[in-house]
Amino acid sequence: MFYQGQPSHSGSLLTAAFSNAKFCALAMAGSAYLPGLAIQNSDVLDTPRHSALVRVTHWITALSFLGLFASGIAILLAHPRLYWGETGAVGTPSLIDLPLPFVLGVPIRGPGRYLHFLSAWVCVLTGLVYIISGAFTLHFRKNLLPAKTHLAWSSIWRAISNHLHLKRPTEEEALTYNVLQRMTYLTVVFVLFPLVIWTGLAMSPAITSVIPQIVTVFGGQQSARTIHFFVAAALVLFLIVHVAMVCLAGFKNRMRAMITGHGAAGKELS
Amino acid sequence: MSAILSRRKLITTGITAVAGASGLAVAARLADRYGLIPPDHSGIFGVGETLTYAAQRVLMSRHSLAREFNRSEISKVAPVNGKPPENDPYQRLMAGGSADWRLAVDGLVARPSSFSLAELKRFPSRSQITHQACEEGWSFIAEWTGVPLSYVLNLVGVSRRAKYVVFFPFDKWWESIDMADAWHPQTFLAHGMNGQDLPTPHGAPVRLKVARQLGYKSVKYLSHMTVVDTVKNIGKGLGGANPEDGYSWYAGI
Repeated sequence: MFYQGQPSHSGSLLTAAFSNAKFCALAMAGSAYLPGLAIQNSDVLDTPRHSALVRVTHWITALSFLGLFASGIAILLAHPRLYWGETGAVGTPSLIDLPLPFVLGVPIRGPGRYLHFLSAWVCVLTGLVYIISGAFTLHFRKNLLPAKTHLAWSSIWRAISNHLHLKRPTEEEALTYNVLQRMTYLTVVFVLFPLVIWTGLAMSPAITSVIPQIVTVFGGQQSARTIHFFVAAALVLFLIVHVAMVCLAGFKNRMRAMITGHGAAGKELS
Repeated sequence: MSAILSRRKLITTGITAVAGASGLAVAARLADRYGLIPPDHSGIFGVGETLTYAAQRVLMSRHSLAREFNRSEISKVAPVNGKPPENDPYQRLMAGGSADWRLAVDGLVARPSSFSLAELKRFPSRSQITHQACEEGWSFIAEWTGVPLSYVLNLVGVSRRAKYVVFFPFDKWWESIDMADAWHPQTFLAHGMNGQDLPTPHGAPVRLKVARQLGYKSVKYLSHMTVVDTVKNIGKGLGGANPEDGYSWYAGI
C-alpha cells in the first residue's frame, strides 16, 4: 500500500511511519516497564473459558476416541462373547453373549486393529500432555477438584436437581464446572481412561510377559478383555451424556468455548 | 514491532522445523539400525505399528517369559481357525504318516540343512503350558512340546546379518519373526500338544509356537524356514501373509 502512494501522499506516509514507530516505541516501553499491567489487562479481557491446551487436547482426544470406538466395534464383532478368567472360546461357558452378530467374513477387523492401536497411541500421548500440563498449570486443582463445600450432599443434590429439571446454566454459571461435572470429568480422566489403557495392555502376551501382575490382578486375560469392554462402554455412555448436556446447555456457546476459547458472543467476560 | 516479532517467529519456527526434521531423520536411522521398524511401517497405520513395536523392543526385556500355567489349567476346548491344507503335497505327506516330511532350513546360515520329523524329535525337547489368544478374541491354554528354535538356529549357524526368520507352511499363511523372538526360549518348533503328537488341525506335523505373540504368528504345517536380513523381496514385502491381509506384522500387541 505504501509503495503505491502518489508523491502528494508522501506526507501522510511519513506521518504514518512516524506514528507507527512511536506506537512501537510506546508499546515496547510498555512491555518493558509495565509488563504486569499490560498482561493483566489483556488477560481479563481475553481469559479463555478453556485454555488453548485444554481445547487442543480435547479435540485430538475426541478424534482418537471416535477412532477407538469405531475400530473397537469392528474388533468386538469378530467374537461378541465375553468371558471371565484366563480363557474362553465358542464351546466354553461365557459370561455374557452380547446381542450382536459374529462378523468374520467382512474385512473390517484387520484395518480396525491397525486403527485401534494408532488411535490408542494418539489418545495416550495426548492424554499424557494433558495430564502433565494440567498438573503444572493447576488445571485439575483449580478447575476440576470440587471445593469441600460443594461436596456437601445439599450442594450435590441441588446440582442433580438442576440437571433433572433440565435447568440451563446461566452464562455466569457456565464459566465454571458444577460439582457433578467436576466429579464426572475427574472420574473419566483419572479412573476410566487409565483403566481402559490398563486392561488393553493386560491383553498383550508380550507386555504381560514382563509384568504378569497387570493381568493376574483381574483374574486372567479374558477378564481383562471383559473389563476393557465395560469401561469402554462407560466411556461411550459418558460421551453420549456429555454431548447431550452440551446441546441442552447451549450447543453454540459451549462449542464456541471449546473451539475458540470464548463463551457467549458479545460478552467480554465469557 | 510486529515485523521484528514475525521475523523472530519465522527464525524460531524454521530452526524448530529443521531440528525436528533432522531429529526425526536421526531417530529413524537409529531405529532402523537397532531393528525397531517393523516391515509394515508404511502408511498412516504404520506410524502406530512402529510406535508399538519400537516401544516394546526398547522398553521390554527381549528374554521376558510368557506366563506359564499348571497342567490343571489346560483348556478342554482348543479351537482352531482354518482347515488343514488341501493341496497334494500335504495330503500325500499325511497319508504317509509324515515319514517323508522334512523341514528345510536355508538363507543366511552357515550350514543349510533339512531335518526329518524323527530328527527333530531326537533333539532336546522342551514343554510349555501357555496361553494362546486369537486376534478375534477367544483363547485357550495348552501344553506345547517341541525343539526350541534357538537349538536349530545354533545347529545351522546363523549369520550376524540375520534380522528375520521366515516360515513357509504348506498353506498360504507364511510369516516372519525378528531375531529377538527367534532366539527366545519359548519359541518352539512344536511337534506335540497336550502330551500327544500335534493334531492335524493344530498344524501337524510341526508348527511354530511364538509364546509372546497372538496365535496367527504361530505358523502351522511348517515346510521351510529361511533366515534373511530383509523381508522386502518376499511377497509384498510386509513380512507375512497376515500383514498382506491387513493384520499387524508384530502381534505382541
